[in-house]
Amino acid sequence: MTDASTAKAYFQSEAAAKLVRKRYAAERRFRFYGMAMIAVAMFFLAVLFYTIISGGIMGFQTTSIKVPVPLTAESLGVEQGATPEQLRDIGGFKLTKIARNALYTQLGIADAEKPLKSQADKLLSNGIDTQLREILQNDPAIVGSTVDVWLLAHGAVDPFVKGQIDRNLPEDQRLLNNQQLAWVDRLEKDGRLELQFNSGLFTNGASADPELAGVAVALIGSLFIMILVVAAALPIGVGAAVYLEEFAPRNRFTDLVEVNINNLAAVPSIVFGILGLAIFINFMHLPRSAPIVGGLVLSLMTLPTVIIATRAALGAVPPSIKEAALGVGASKMQAVFHHILPLAMPGILTGLIIGLARALGETAPLIMIGMVAAVFEVPSSPFDPATALPVQIYMWAGMPERGFVALTSAAIIILLVFLLTMNATAVVLRKRFERRW
Amino acid sequence: MSLSILVFLTAGLTFAAYMSGVFRVRAVSGGNLSTLHSRPTYYGAYVALIVGLAALCVMILWLVGENILIRGIIVDGLPEAVRNGPPAEMELALGQIANAAKAGDAFGAEPYVSQLAATYNAVSASSRLYMTIAMFVAAAGGFAVAYSQVKPETRARNRVETVIKAVLFLCSCVAVLTTLGIVLSMLFESVHFFSMVNPADFFFGLTWDPRFSAAGSGGEAGQFGLIPVLWGTIFITLLSMLVAVPIGLMSAIYLAEYAGPRFRATAKPLLEILAGIPTVVYGFFALVTVGPFLRDFGGTIGLDIDARSALTAGIVMGIMIIPFVSSLSDDVINAVPQSLRDGSAALGATKSETIRKVVLPAALPGIVGSIILAVSRAVGETMIVVMAAGVAANLTANPFEAVTTVTVKIVSQLTGDHEFTSPQTLVAFALGMTLFVITLGLNIYALHIVRKYREQYD
Repeated sequence: MTDASTAKAYFQSEAAAKLVRKRYAAERRFRFYGMAMIAVAMFFLAVLFYTIISGGIMGFQTTSIKVPVPLTAESLGVEQGATPEQLRDIGGFKLTKIARNALYTQLGIADAEKPLKSQADKLLSNGIDTQLREILQNDPAIVGSTVDVWLLAHGAVDPFVKGQIDRNLPEDQRLLNNQQLAWVDRLEKDGRLELQFNSGLFTNGASADPELAGVAVALIGSLFIMILVVAAALPIGVGAAVYLEEFAPRNRFTDLVEVNINNLAAVPSIVFGILGLAIFINFMHLPRSAPIVGGLVLSLMTLPTVIIATRAALGAVPPSIKEAALGVGASKMQAVFHHILPLAMPGILTGLIIGLARALGETAPLIMIGMVAAVFEVPSSPFDPATALPVQIYMWAGMPERGFVALTSAAIIILLVFLLTMNATAVVLRKRFERRW
Repeated sequence: MSLSILVFLTAGLTFAAYMSGVFRVRAVSGGNLSTLHSRPTYYGAYVALIVGLAALCVMILWLVGENILIRGIIVDGLPEAVRNGPPAEMELALGQIANAAKAGDAFGAEPYVSQLAATYNAVSASSRLYMTIAMFVAAAGGFAVAYSQVKPETRARNRVETVIKAVLFLCSCVAVLTTLGIVLSMLFESVHFFSMVNPADFFFGLTWDPRFSAAGSGGEAGQFGLIPVLWGTIFITLLSMLVAVPIGLMSAIYLAEYAGPRFRATAKPLLEILAGIPTVVYGFFALVTVGPFLRDFGGTIGLDIDARSALTAGIVMGIMIIPFVSSLSDDVINAVPQSLRDGSAALGATKSETIRKVVLPAALPGIVGSIILAVSRAVGETMIVVMAAGVAANLTANPFEAVTTVTVKIVSQLTGDHEFTSPQTLVAFALGMTLFVITLGLNIYALHIVRKYREQYD
């Protein structure tokens, strides 16, 4: 009786109310911490995407200068009505000179002003000869006429036009001097200098000039690697999983394989790179820098993911399916391959796509096997030197020129778009074909 | 004949064998398929398997033998001086010959190179011809044997299934072979390395300075010291855990205990996006955003922070690790039985008291396991540290300075222009071995903890 009354007195006391308030405050604080931490993580995600996207949008554009170029037969050194082959053989030096002369005329630089001319030269890209040659080859009939051509601007001009470099810097710290900047401004005002879509980003290979560099080699290299990973990791992974799940006897060896697969899934990717270097390149003498080696290494890396996903998918198919097949006279092999495997296919494909997405974003093992070379030509087979998309990003991130920062972000956007598509496909596959038994 | 054409031809032959097996068994059965032991396709598959395997076995054996044979012939043809010289030089000469044979031109190398290149081409051409013949003979022999066995009483399905089962078994061995390959390749080169550098100097050395140890001279004491490099890895991992564990754990708690289903359905996938972003993107983020930001921020409050610092790498790696901690912890917290929470609430505890005093202690083994897995992930992470942590091996506890890690050194030692047999290159394998052992140990320990305490409430 006294106990109850003292307790009642205590709960009505100021001390108890204070304690309750304190405990509720602690509750609110704890809850706030949780919210705050999620907000911090989301903030990081937002900053990451903002940095990449705001920087990368610039990378999809490049500065061009519109100049009327007189393509006289005389200055090109060909006959009127020359064949595309003859036009192809025109020296790059000649074409560069024609383009530069056209720019001098446009800027109103007199013939004798040598220093001004060499300053004006720095406005145009080193790739203008290729550009003119392409125009001539596409339409040989334009020889003899003057055409307005959007010539690629030099990589030094680009960041100024995009406003990435402060133009109020002292002149000796800028890539463009005052004269060149004045020209850029005048051309821009005349509507002769503008940002255009950078189609070269998708068609060019490596280059030291940001305006001429592209991801074509990397895209094809990554494509070869992906094809190899699908071709190697899917059959081997599914085979291994089918054996372990359906046929393997319970013994030491099977346990060993299982432990092994789980550990292999957690081995750092760079260790797979060392494996590739030691086994595929130094021992089997496969070519360095080639997608074939990259594909093999990443296949081995993806294998545990595929095996684990396949085993989960096979295990999710109810045993009644198998028993029904066995009951009507199918062999165990037939029951597995005709009934269980097709039903497990959506799960297997989901696992494969997730593994592929990881392989597509992997960089370190590819660096180890030498896929970091500057490759100019688009590879025609998996044995030719190539790079891969993430490696290209790594290489560009290390380039000192300002223009490469935007290109790197653009390449990252391309990579993220691929990854997002793959992951979305996996999610859709899972949602669409998920079966509840 | 090129290899790819041969493979295609073999595939064509195999298909022809399949068809002939099917037709043969139909003819033998006289249209009454129920007299057959197996369905006709199995007889076709049986013939095809025998033909294909015979041809492939011959091809693989021949290709392995061919390399050894041709190498022997070329080595015999090398001038005395080269053959008896150092092995590295002989390998170089062999490489030159192989290149010259491929290009059809020795490009002004020694005269014996172009001579031997011609021999190389002649021998390999004739070897290819014999191989093709041998393959066809084997395929024909296999076909004759298998075709004669296409009879109703032959148990074709059982035989085919035995072969398929063997193939499946081989598939599951690939994973074991991969581990074996990893261990052996690194062990072999590490032993090679330790024959040049004293293991004690490697594991306990306090100086990392491989540059001044010339090839073959045997590194002097302390030059390949692991400690500063390993310290960099541990330091950055610690910093990243300081970021990832509070954020990841509190996020997991909030998502599991407080969040409504709709908030959970949005926030969880968003957090997991962080895990799907390639590490090279994080590296770039650290390089162009976080590093310069920290440097400028440090400048304004009077701290000297390098753009490439342990702090930069640690923070960015921590962001990357958040989803590993949060998703695993989330699963573990959800696995704590509801009755524990109800019991605690019945005693009058607030929700946060329940979480702190009941749920978290119950989930602790799983949470520790997930943190250890995250640590193992951070230790093996390469691209962020390569791009953001720097290359100088500093033994420092100052997070504002550049440090280097085991993975950075593996990359820089193996992509440099060193002779492959020099300790400068081989040290990468010893580092790789160290990394492999550390991550393996962490993984096994994490699984052990999770497994040991998991069954408590079942």
